[in-house]
Amino acid sequence: MADAPDPTFEPEIIVFACHYCAYAAADLAGSMRLQYPTNIRMVKLPCTGKLEVIHLLRALEAGADGVYAAGCMEGECHYLKGNLWARKRVDYVKQLLPEMGLEPERVEMYNMSSAMGPRFAEVATEFTERIRALGPNPARRVKEGIRT
Amino acid sequence: MITAERKPFEEILALVEGHDKVLVAGCDTCVAVCLTGGEKEAEILASELRIKAQADGRTVQVEHTAAIRQCEWEYLDAIADKVNEYPVVLSMACGIGIQSMAEKFAPKLVLPAVNTNMLGMPQEHAVWLERCVACGDCRIGLTGGICPVVRCSKSLMNGPCGGSHDGLCEVKRGDEEIECAWALIHDRLKEQGREELLLEIRPPKDWSLSSSGGPRKMVKEEAKPV
Repeated sequence: MADAPDPTFEPEIIVFACHYCAYAAADLAGSMRLQYPTNIRMVKLPCTGKLEVIHLLRALEAGADGVYAAGCMEGECHYLKGNLWARKRVDYVKQLLPEMGLEPERVEMYNMSSAMGPRFAEVATEFTERIRALGPNPARRVKEGIRT
Repeated sequence: MITAERKPFEEILALVEGHDKVLVAGCDTCVAVCLTGGEKEAEILASELRIKAQADGRTVQVEHTAAIRQCEWEYLDAIADKVNEYPVVLSMACGIGIQSMAEKFAPKLVLPAVNTNMLGMPQEHAVWLERCVACGDCRIGLTGGICPVVRCSKSLMNGPCGGSHDGLCEVKRGDEEIECAWALIHDRLKEQGREELLLEIRPPKDWSLSSSGGPRKMVKEEAKPV
């Protein structure tokens, strides 16, 4: 990782979004014409409970600079506890990352409802800025300038 | 079932240091059920090793596979082609599986990625309690189905000792209380109306039947192939 932040660095961020909340919140953010960074790439899940440890690791291994899961508000999961399982898995990966030489802040768990379009945009902005400050994923593979 | 815990990542890294082609081999029986060394966990460890190498700027070839049971020759045959592609195998099976793998593919370097810790019972999801030490001389018929060898901190055959208070042992598991096995045995025998069994003095067990007697072997002549 570079000592001084690279001003041209644009993080690539993977978002695992729950169909019932964050994905709908993203839709709402769009309808509301809210601005948020274009750095995020969404993967829709039927529930964040589907998110496994290996999914977070695969994203980082493939070169994502940051990964977050966005599930329903705690206590309001459509499948009752999927978002709580997701939080545990994210927390577990946070424990693993320093051992691999990555910052635990590169993964996060957020909660929001489908009515929270502005919060979706806020989280996307906040997390993108966090990763921008951290710099590129140290494990990112670069082949001829193109990420693999 | 046999339970195991993954070794600390740092220890695993030290074991495979200097090797750039490593196969992580899971076992889909006991260690998969205890969420430590099944295919899922093997894939996670392989990914961690690749990420670490990438972060260090090293090029490695790390893949994962899993045998239905690493402790049986037939199931090792099923993953032999994959194993033969790699000079080093990091096995996530119990000690039996790791040794079977090392013997089957000798002189290949087979390294342990887990510590096999006990014969445990899943008390609830993700919690295991030790219930057997394979002592080779089971006495639980006399102790109400509760094993004093493994559940009494002193493995007493004539308990309880003076360290039993209010059903709890004087020994703790960290901050956690341990139930006194002999208090449990008393209560269970009372429930069964067999309290008089507690009045009998049990002679010392024959520990030569346990691992103290050297490596054990079991042969069932009637079942051997003709």
